[in-house]
Amino acid sequence: MGILIPIIVMTLFWGLIGLIGPFIIPKGPNRWVVQVMIVMTCVCCWLFWAITFLAQLNPLFGPMLEKKVVYLMQDVWKP
Amino acid sequence: MGLFRSEEMALCQLFLQSEAAYACISELGELGLAQFRDLNPDVNAFQRKFVNEVRRCDEMERKLRFLEKEIKKDEIPMLDTGDNPDAPAPREMIDLEATFEKLENEMKEVNANAEALMRNFLELTELKHILRKTQSFFEEAEHGYDHQALSDPGMADEHLGLLGEEGLRAAGQALRLGFVAGVIHRERLPAFERMLWRACHGNVFLKQAEIDTPLEDPVTGTQVNKTVFIIFFQGDQLKSRVQKICEGFRATLYPCPETPAERREMAIGVMTRIEDLNTVLGQTQDHRHRVLVAAAKNIKVWYIKVCKIKAIYHTLNMFNLDVTQKCLIGECWCSVADLDRVQQALRRATEHSGSSVPSILNRMATKKRPPTFNRTNRFTSVFQGIVDAYGVATYQEVNPAPYTIISFPFLFSLMFGDTGHGTIMFLFALWMVIKEKKLLAAKSDNEIWNMFFGGRYIILLMGAFSIHAGILYNDIFAKSMNIFGSAWYPNMTLYSPEHIGGHKEATLDPRDAYDNNTYPFGMDPVWQLAKNKIPFLNSFKMKLSVIIGISQMLFGVILSAMNHRFFKDRISFFFEFIPQVVFLLSIFGYLIGLIVFKWIAFDASKSGIAPSLLIHLINMFLMSYPTEPESATTFYSGQKFVQLILLAVAVICIPWMLVMKPVLLKMKHAKEGTGTISAQHTTVTTEDGQVVEQGQGDHPVPPPPQTHAEDDEKFSFGEAMVHQSIHTIEYCLGCVSHTASYLRLWALSLAHAELSEVLWNMVFAIGLKQNGILGAVLIFMVFTPWAALTVTILLLMEGLSAFLHTLRLHW
Repeated sequence: MGILIPIIVMTLFWGLIGLIGPFIIPKGPNRWVVQVMIVMTCVCCWLFWAITFLAQLNPLFGPMLEKKVVYLMQDVWKP
Repeated sequence: MGLFRSEEMALCQLFLQSEAAYACISELGELGLAQFRDLNPDVNAFQRKFVNEVRRCDEMERKLRFLEKEIKKDEIPMLDTGDNPDAPAPREMIDLEATFEKLENEMKEVNANAEALMRNFLELTELKHILRKTQSFFEEAEHGYDHQALSDPGMADEHLGLLGEEGLRAAGQALRLGFVAGVIHRERLPAFERMLWRACHGNVFLKQAEIDTPLEDPVTGTQVNKTVFIIFFQGDQLKSRVQKICEGFRATLYPCPETPAERREMAIGVMTRIEDLNTVLGQTQDHRHRVLVAAAKNIKVWYIKVCKIKAIYHTLNMFNLDVTQKCLIGECWCSVADLDRVQQALRRATEHSGSSVPSILNRMATKKRPPTFNRTNRFTSVFQGIVDAYGVATYQEVNPAPYTIISFPFLFSLMFGDTGHGTIMFLFALWMVIKEKKLLAAKSDNEIWNMFFGGRYIILLMGAFSIHAGILYNDIFAKSMNIFGSAWYPNMTLYSPEHIGGHKEATLDPRDAYDNNTYPFGMDPVWQLAKNKIPFLNSFKMKLSVIIGISQMLFGVILSAMNHRFFKDRISFFFEFIPQVVFLLSIFGYLIGLIVFKWIAFDASKSGIAPSLLIHLINMFLMSYPTEPESATTFYSGQKFVQLILLAVAVICIPWMLVMKPVLLKMKHAKEGTGTISAQHTTVTTEDGQVVEQGQGDHPVPPPPQTHAEDDEKFSFGEAMVHQSIHTIEYCLGCVSHTASYLRLWALSLAHAELSEVLWNMVFAIGLKQNGILGAVLIFMVFTPWAALTVTILLLMEGLSAFLHTLRLHW
């Protein structure tokens, strides 16, 4: 899994919800409020995800693991 | 656009025929769409027109409270049908008054009777006890005397010999001892005894016996323990002294016949009287109960009715009386969109009251600032409440509540991020939302529960966002999930036992253990296992909170720009909004840029020279660019130049904000100065003219109550300058302090994660570490405290603290 796929998937996911969602809300007195809610949710969640992703993109240091954990990882997470 | 700005409001003048006024106000009150202005602000409450009616309502309320107290005393359930009766007509008020009066008098009478009977009853019971106890005293005394005298003559001799003649005389006189019998509170007894001893120099003899069953005090209705006592003494002087002491200690004295036969007779009499009293008492209580049960059925409805009457007269008190006394004139604010409904209500009320002349509602032109009115519903009112708690937006300003609906739970979730806790919270709120109607019907008086229930929608959203944040933080009750496959893998050859050797831990090197496929959603699960998890998460969460915080501040500033546009306030837009944005972006926007740049541009191979952003930011302000150590040196060409420019821009923004607006306002004012005053004068007269016309000429219109004088806003340069400088300083300092205060997102989130992890390790892990059946049993035993602690500490306490912090951040 390259790094492009998650970026595209997540951006598309929140982008689509944020762009299309407001248009499919049924008309009513609260339409505006719901639209604002959807857009805000998308922006916030995307931002949160993006920050989390970027922060791990180029790690400057690695995790310090206990010896037994290292061996266990080698065993369990075998690619 | 209901929630985004206050609705358009109009000041209306109401002309109500005095006979229809009551009905009109009642209808308007049921509608709840108009806010009345007090037209007699300098008249005190006692000089108003309907003060008598208000007072009568007060009186009725007092009676109702009295009845309610009595009902509660008897623990009769009050029927609460939950229906909402219309305000009764004024003539009904008299009926109500009469009913309450009757009820109150009846109650008072019954109570007085019951009290008298009870007192009587108490006295008789006390007497009964006295007779019974003293009987035993006397018998004892006689027996003892006989016994002593008969069976132990030697002892009597000794006695005689020791006391000599005096003893003899004393023994002889003892037969003619006087005595007093009575009842006293048990707790007063020791003091009473001591007092008697001292006052009478030990020349009295007190015998006591406790009454086993507590007696009821007729006045307070409480149960008291009492003691029967009997005092023997000699001589009249002592008698009066003893009696005085008894009086002082509020002991009740009862006549007690001397001979056993008389005593028996009296006891029998007392018993029959007690029997009689009991039946009478029972009947009284029955009567009282019947009256109260009847009252309890209606009391809630009565309360509402009286409240409504009172409210109506209060409102009418705010009205002006017409000179001809035929018509009441009031002013109210109401939303333009609701004017029709108000009109309809008025028409309905006029018809109802059978008044021939219709009530009139006129829209008035005004320059006063209307009140803010945000139409809310069940869902949005909570958020509006949160915003209003900080400050109500002025009329037609942008209302931040709709944005709060998302941003508030979002910020909360940054701190509370844990899928497990989020789910519990979400489910709890979901339960409240689904059962909403039922729970609403079961009105609870529990304040804490009402608080939770009122905030159910906010809790629902907070729970949902916490689940999301928990997935991103990869935290479920402080455990992680590895859904997508960690990007870290310790190579078999590089991290073989020989390489790690004697070390307890091994640090994975990003250059060989990281496969460049960043974990796609949330934190890599490997960090949950790592010893150095906290430094890593710290750096991440700090940056996260700074970025989110600055975005939110930017968003707030943009909202203010929408205000300026709406009010067509160009000066504020160009000389307040623009410099604000530039200031924010040139310092903190640049910081965000640096953060992202560092994330993208520096990988493990350059970790040694990766810049320390904090140092860089400080250096930017100090304008010092050292070459040592490496993490503080410039890391892209032209950094020095860019930073100097940005700093200069930020500094320029301050006077831009500070000086320009007041100066421009002054210039503008000077230009328009003379023109406006005369213009305003003419508008006043035309308005008056209109009003007279609308008043249909019948009624001379009262002078328009000093509205127009207030409308004119005085401009003073000094004030504007002070205002602007405060605003500027607040903004610049606010930027810095808010950025710092957004770091609490990081701190709280860290604290939450750590607490839940500690809880897991210290409590739940005990069970997991054991093998076999013991482990199973231990898990079973440990689960309860773990779950309880999770719910109380993590959910409630942390939830509340995160809530408070979120609140703080929104202000």
